[in-house]
Amino acid sequence: MSLQEKLEKNVWALMLMTAMVVSVGGIVEIVPLFYLENTIEKLNKEEDGIRPYTALEQEGRDVYVREGCYLCHSQMIRPFRDEKERYGHYSLAAESKYDHPFQWGSKRTGPDVARVGGKYSDEWQIQHLKAPRSLVPESVMPGYPFLEEYIIDHTLTEKKLRALAMVGVPYTEADFAGAAASVKGKTEMEAIVAYLQVLGTMVNFQEGKDYRE
Amino acid sequence: MDVSVAIPDEQEYSFTVVKWFSISAVLYLIVGALVGDFIAWELAYPELNFDNPYISFGRLRPLHTNAVIFAFGGSTLMATAYYIVQRTCHVRLWSTKLAWFTFWGWTAIIVSAVVTFPLGLTQGKEYAELIWPIDIAIAVVWLAFTFNFVMTIANRRVSHIYVANWFFLSMMVMITYLHVVNSLAVPVTLTHSYSIYSGVHDAMIQWWWGHNAVGFFLTAGFLGIMYYFVPKQANRPIFSYRLSVLHFWALSFGYVWLGAHHLQYTALPDWTGSLGAAVSMAMIIPSWGGAINGVMTLSGAWNKLRDDYVLRFLVVSLAFYAMSTFEGPVMSIKTVNALSHYTDWTIGHVHSGALGWVAMVSIGAIYHMVTKLWGKDIYSVSMVNTHFWIHTIGTIIYICALWVSGIMQGLMWRATDEYGNLVYTFAESVVAMHPYYVLRAIGGFLVMLGAILMLYNIIKTISGAKQPEAAAAKV
Repeated sequence: MSLQEKLEKNVWALMLMTAMVVSVGGIVEIVPLFYLENTIEKLNKEEDGIRPYTALEQEGRDVYVREGCYLCHSQMIRPFRDEKERYGHYSLAAESKYDHPFQWGSKRTGPDVARVGGKYSDEWQIQHLKAPRSLVPESVMPGYPFLEEYIIDHTLTEKKLRALAMVGVPYTEADFAGAAASVKGKTEMEAIVAYLQVLGTMVNFQEGKDYRE
Repeated sequence: MDVSVAIPDEQEYSFTVVKWFSISAVLYLIVGALVGDFIAWELAYPELNFDNPYISFGRLRPLHTNAVIFAFGGSTLMATAYYIVQRTCHVRLWSTKLAWFTFWGWTAIIVSAVVTFPLGLTQGKEYAELIWPIDIAIAVVWLAFTFNFVMTIANRRVSHIYVANWFFLSMMVMITYLHVVNSLAVPVTLTHSYSIYSGVHDAMIQWWWGHNAVGFFLTAGFLGIMYYFVPKQANRPIFSYRLSVLHFWALSFGYVWLGAHHLQYTALPDWTGSLGAAVSMAMIIPSWGGAINGVMTLSGAWNKLRDDYVLRFLVVSLAFYAMSTFEGPVMSIKTVNALSHYTDWTIGHVHSGALGWVAMVSIGAIYHMVTKLWGKDIYSVSMVNTHFWIHTIGTIIYICALWVSGIMQGLMWRATDEYGNLVYTFAESVVAMHPYYVLRAIGGFLVMLGAILMLYNIIKTISGAKQPEAAAAKV
């Protein structure tokens, strides 16, 4: 009796075989990413300014995730000439190492925002979020005027940072202690603008260096 | 063994739960298409967001994808899996109670998705947005479904397990695995949590899930449907047993590797993306193996396509399946991906799979099951024909519109003049998309219209209304 015939007559053996066959791809492609050292680029001291988000920025990031911004805006610049012209230096894995969950996105209905930080003033960002077409008439983005009315629940901020610390973000006791006070009374608009303004600004890139070997 | 003696009477099968899942599937198809079409209009006319958080594109898009994949797709899979496993094993479901648990559990999950997404409760991972308590509920219901299915097979009265059931099993094993690994998170509150993975690791695990939701939920499971309903409707045996063995194992082994092709040229290490692309190319063979096996089952019975509209749905679904499983590997080639990634082409590709393959094979299977389950002829055959054409035309409009808009976007973004400056601003590319977004929304509207027609036809069939054709013939 062939192996196939045995499997066709025994549901448990068929399941076991299937489970083994479907495991291979994941083991080969995913497991090494956790131990190969060059998965996340090594940056030298002058370059590396990557830090965990401040409490306000993290609250802003939560708003970004909640509103589903990632469904239209990517945060992953590819190493092409046109993307460098339009968005800036290509993204590094190191730049999203504290991002739980990642927000690289898969679609650009709007432009990439991986390096939007510092590109526009806070006033521009707020006006654009409130009424996108008042600044960019061609835009198809929804308006988010309500973010100015929503106040951040500061009682949860410390819990959020502690949860992130549990999954590996290096927050300190001082961060936890100051979390609530630093966001108290702030609107979601202020938070999301703080987040947008830090995007892509943490690495000091060296001209001409190849970060992907 | 004399098989005919062993087949239980129709009354002995647990078919009521199959009926409920089938009707829900049609309802969810309408809801999923309705939400999808609404957000398609939002992209064409952004004023439709009304500055209202509960109906903004970013919150409704996960509702659309989840409604279509898990509500419509999931209910279809559960209906057909429960139906097929009983028919092919010649035995009643292992537990009817457990089957009802999966029905009400799945319904509760869908209702909670409809409530939580507009409220902005999400985990922010594509196609895995549902919050953690719902994720746990999904795992429980899914395992109950799997257990019931496996135990029914274990109790079978025939010696071999039929090929459709292999595909269902493969789906159940892999989806359990993917859902659990990808959804691991640390809760902050009942509605908020953070993924335990970050950055590049989260990206790879997310797309391992993302592509295999396509590969196992929307492909392996629906191939199971194909392997039962195509031979049944055509009244012919499957074309090649050998081919089904080969393509089953190749597909189960290969699909798992493809996730990395969603991350070409990103910060994911190059070797992973290249490996994903290489295996993607190879996957044309097992995918086409399935398509050929299904289509060739009609060999010698092609004339049936002329007047059997249910069979038409099934066969055209295989044509779309063959097309999108060719398109997918092409898009995973790095040079093509450099253009197609981040554009509407990807959305078009997904819909040629979802509307062309998944929806059409499901619609065919549901029409077939309704007549068998209620023991009645379909109310209006010509209405099935109309549905076929509305659905097909809607799907083709949708796909073609997004081919053009996707390739145009890719070309506009990368265009540079003789001095190396960008030719177009991003906003100019957005303006250029408008006519295609309108066309896409019209295509989606047709698909929804077809689904409404289907529901009407099915309700009339069940209620035993006199067939309009028969009534007309009498006059």
